[in-house]
Amino acid sequence: MSGLLGRKIGMSSIFDSSGNNVPCTVIEAGPNVVLQVKSSDGQDGYDAVQLGFIDIDPRHTTKAMRGHFASAGAPSKRVVREVSWNAQVPEAGEEVRVEDVFAEGDRVDVRGVSKGKGFQGVVRRHGFRGVNDRTHGQHNRERAPGSIGQSSDPSRVFKGMRMGGQMGNRRVTVKNLDVAAIYPEHNLILIRGAVPGARNGIVSLLKKS
Amino acid sequence: MAKDLMSIVEATQLRAAELPPFVPGDTVAVHVRVTEGEKSRIQIFQGVVISIRGGGARKTFMVRKISNGVGVERIFPYHSPGIAKVEVKRYGRVRRAKLYYLRKLRGKAARIKERRRREKT
Repeated sequence: MSGLLGRKIGMSSIFDSSGNNVPCTVIEAGPNVVLQVKSSDGQDGYDAVQLGFIDIDPRHTTKAMRGHFASAGAPSKRVVREVSWNAQVPEAGEEVRVEDVFAEGDRVDVRGVSKGKGFQGVVRRHGFRGVNDRTHGQHNRERAPGSIGQSSDPSRVFKGMRMGGQMGNRRVTVKNLDVAAIYPEHNLILIRGAVPGARNGIVSLLKKS
Repeated sequence: MAKDLMSIVEATQLRAAELPPFVPGDTVAVHVRVTEGEKSRIQIFQGVVISIRGGGARKTFMVRKISNGVGVERIFPYHSPGIAKVEVKRYGRVRRAKLYYLRKLRGKAARIKERRRREKT
């Protein structure tokens, strides 16, 4: 396993070698800098690499973080995230680029924060069908959930009952996406299909195996 | 910044040589590469351009023809390598960008006036 931090640019499509039109998400991936290496035989007890992405003015970081960046010999970074890593492990302070981690045809998981949809009812959030009738005594409950339980036994609503609530704006992982192309000279990676989050959202690209 | 990176990606997908200019209302013959098993041949789809949409690498155009009395519409990605070439057969004069109204018209009513063009010098 290895990975990279990136920024979602937008969607487009490319033509593959047999002329098929492939829908793709364009992601600016790296260059990342390694801030810390954790290993299972060290004090951390697991294998991971902490990556930094997007330069930031050091005055906008805390003194603690500045010390952390200095010990890796790296400039201050806005995004600091960990990626589990059991491929050949880089050194702290090293730069990691798209072509170091990914190649066309690789399988990746993409993790990001999905677009927030606010407080949504049960029809939008869980795909309930609503009532489908405006007559037959329905008055104003066209999008109501219906019954949420039984009767005096059990006298309660079961945990996990699907109801309205906040939708989106949570961490989502989309698994097993294909790398359609990489453009190392521009730090770009094209991933087949859609990826969580809005444009300019930060995503983690996690390489399998 | 974001826009720039987008156009870098799209630029790699555009066809090297532009197709001859055509607009909705023109009659075109699209030479399509058809692959059947090992063999590849060219098939011609001729009809009226009724819509052009999108931009960059995702530009597409829709061609409508009447085949055996049945209306057939095909959407072609402008930059698809599957399009060998496009010939403009007739330049039509129309007053709107999307000619979806042609779907309701048959025979004589579905004709399009020829557009007068300045002769090439």
